[in-house]
Amino acid sequence: MTFSKFSNPWRKIALTSAILGLPGTAMAEWGLNLPRGVTPYSNTVYDLHMLILGVCVVVGIVVFGLILYSIIAFRKSAGAKAAQWHESTKVEILWTLIPFMILIGMAVPATHALIMMENVSNADMTIKVTGYQWKWHYQYLDEGINFFSTIANDSNMARQLKSGVDPNTVPNYLLEVDNHLVVPVGKKIRFLTTAGDVIHAWWVPALGWKRDAIPGYINESWAEIQTPGTYRGQCAELCGKDHGFMPIVVDALSAEDYAAWIAKTKAATQHADADAVVPAAAVAQQ
Amino acid sequence: MSEAATHHEHDHHDHHPSGISRWLTTTNHKDIGTMYLIFSLIMFFIGGTMAMVIRAELFQPGLQFVDPQFFNSMTTMHALVMIFGAVMPAWTGFANWMIPMMIGAPDMALPRLNNWSFWILPFAFTLLLSTVFMPGGGPAGGWTMYPPLVLQTGAAFPFLIFAVHFMGASSIAGAINIIATVFNMRAPGMTLMKLPLFVWTWIITAFLLIASIPVLAGAVTMLLTDKFFGTAFFSAAGGGDPVMFQHIFWFFGHPEVYILILPAFGIVSAIIPTFARKPLFGYASMVYASAAIAFLSFIVWAHHMFTVGMPLAGELFFMYTTVLIAVPTGVKVFNWVATMWQSSMTFETPMLFAIAFLVLFTIGGFSGLMLGVTPVDFQYHDTYFVVAHFHYVLVTGAVYALMAGTYFWLPKWTGHMYDEGLGKLHFWLSTISVNVLFFPQHFLGLAGMPRRIPDYSVQFADFNMVSSIGGFVFGLSQLLFVVVVVKCVKGGAKATDQVWEGAHGLEWTLSSPPPYHSFNTPPDPATIEGGMR
Repeated sequence: MTFSKFSNPWRKIALTSAILGLPGTAMAEWGLNLPRGVTPYSNTVYDLHMLILGVCVVVGIVVFGLILYSIIAFRKSAGAKAAQWHESTKVEILWTLIPFMILIGMAVPATHALIMMENVSNADMTIKVTGYQWKWHYQYLDEGINFFSTIANDSNMARQLKSGVDPNTVPNYLLEVDNHLVVPVGKKIRFLTTAGDVIHAWWVPALGWKRDAIPGYINESWAEIQTPGTYRGQCAELCGKDHGFMPIVVDALSAEDYAAWIAKTKAATQHADADAVVPAAAVAQQ
Repeated sequence: MSEAATHHEHDHHDHHPSGISRWLTTTNHKDIGTMYLIFSLIMFFIGGTMAMVIRAELFQPGLQFVDPQFFNSMTTMHALVMIFGAVMPAWTGFANWMIPMMIGAPDMALPRLNNWSFWILPFAFTLLLSTVFMPGGGPAGGWTMYPPLVLQTGAAFPFLIFAVHFMGASSIAGAINIIATVFNMRAPGMTLMKLPLFVWTWIITAFLLIASIPVLAGAVTMLLTDKFFGTAFFSAAGGGDPVMFQHIFWFFGHPEVYILILPAFGIVSAIIPTFARKPLFGYASMVYASAAIAFLSFIVWAHHMFTVGMPLAGELFFMYTTVLIAVPTGVKVFNWVATMWQSSMTFETPMLFAIAFLVLFTIGGFSGLMLGVTPVDFQYHDTYFVVAHFHYVLVTGAVYALMAGTYFWLPKWTGHMYDEGLGKLHFWLSTISVNVLFFPQHFLGLAGMPRRIPDYSVQFADFNMVSSIGGFVFGLSQLLFVVVVVKCVKGGAKATDQVWEGAHGLEWTLSSPPPYHSFNTPPDPATIEGGMR
């Protein structure tokens, strides 16, 4: 099957990026590249990122190559004499139209990806995420479970100014919390994000997106995690002094393990009223 | 080129006050330009010191030096000082010094307003910088001042708002002055399409300032009334909308970044043809491309807010308009490269900075293009990828053009050649260290490091350490720049009128330094006809 016979644009992108981006995944492991993540959307985003990066690298090689060549070949010290031509309408049109076409080539898959992200319909479950200064609150709207998620104590002690604790000795330093957000794999999860005081943002890179958590707004996003595992993220909107210290940890479990967790958690919090969301202490600090 | 009229001018108005009085009351565009440039250099070092505090804290994981609140005030103030105190006043300083000379005018159209525009700035920055010493410290909600967080600012809050108002007023007044000057005081024969590109880019910048700064003023005034006068513009509980602030702020904020870069394009368009000994390729296209960039800059603002929860149609619209800006910007880059093609180049310090600008600003442009693609921006937004992008376009873009312009025109301003060896040393130290400082930040952002955090998880440690080392070297290297400038002001080899073999433009027909009042009589139109391209 030749390349042009891929009518589905996703296959073209996947194949191109697989070829050009073979080192891309390896680079992600060295902390050099965006990771692929574990959802269909995160993979789409990764492929789009590699496509655009690829275009930029190619254009860069051409333009910087011409600059380097000029610096060497057109030096006065090497005897170069300056031409005096200084305009060409034809060339101006060409280097306006060609970039424009390249942009359209990028805009098409980007539009598809955005439509994919914003299609929150037919979700299997809904979790409401509320940002506070400086912790997260999670509420499973279909299950009647809710809890706060705050930075783990060992990280919190180690990060104090001049604590004397070496961060390398703290497991998952700044990326561990007391209560993980537990979700099932293979299910479309709708996330509602909001906040109780200032603007925060909920971001788990492995899911492929972040969304602002804004007081007075309810934003919708979705994710379908394909691989069981633990995925870590952080608040991604400046929210005050401890903005860097309100991490997110998501545990994606198999369907059976998730059902077991739900049962166990419900039993343990039998007296909690799932609809009493607003905590007393969400007061802005002066 | 006719030199008779300019050289043998007898300046009958040489008696001006001396000492402090001179500088406080001067209405001379050269004096005012000098004051703007010295003020800008001081602010550059203040903002740079704040950056050194930031990079020192980020050198290793863990908190070693400052608490998180102070760190946030450093990132906030660093940006405010660099944008409003270093780069914008520097451009105004260049405009003051060069525009009258470039168009054959004796001074700016509104000289007293010009004096006032400058002196507002030291007052505004005293207000702003004093907040660091107040209870609660300086503002720490980011230079973007998003509510509700910014409303949690303590005693510093009204000082922040008033400082922003004063800086804005200074910019608006300066912009009015530049437009009035260029449209009314060009010498006979200096038609609009003969203007040096630096003047064109400043005209366009001036219109952007007049359109956008009042919007900023409105936004911060609403913050003030929300805090002190019971309004609820940005409070959901009161029926308002925090996101509305972001729309209003970025409607100013995006044209603002083009305000920061357009004069840089003008300077590079003067320097490359000079040291290539070849006319600028595609003058008319360069003018139209600059105007296109300015027009587009008004319809892209929400790309700073892609994660806020906009409707799909909005996200698509802003993605399309944002990536479109790559087209006129690309045209400009290609025109500069075409100027170098089949030219005859030498590589004095101004040209080194201009070529570095061409390469490194383009890298910043590439990361900007990536950021403009909404679905992927959901990963990049509010990470170090954004920090890398804007530092490439602002430091290796705007600041490099400022350095290039300074080296280019110092001999004209002072009458002395600067020390070329020191200049080249400054260039190489800066260029190597600035890339060590900012390039790894792309990787940090892609690997998942958010911005505006004083401490980070250990997988980000290596690149942060590398970046900080680059930062310390870059910061120290700028002291060399001060040495070069001070040394040049005090003395050096005598500069000719034309200074550079390939220089064209009315300013190069004047003596080095030019008379205190130049072009009291307009230049000969034959001069303009003969050597402008």
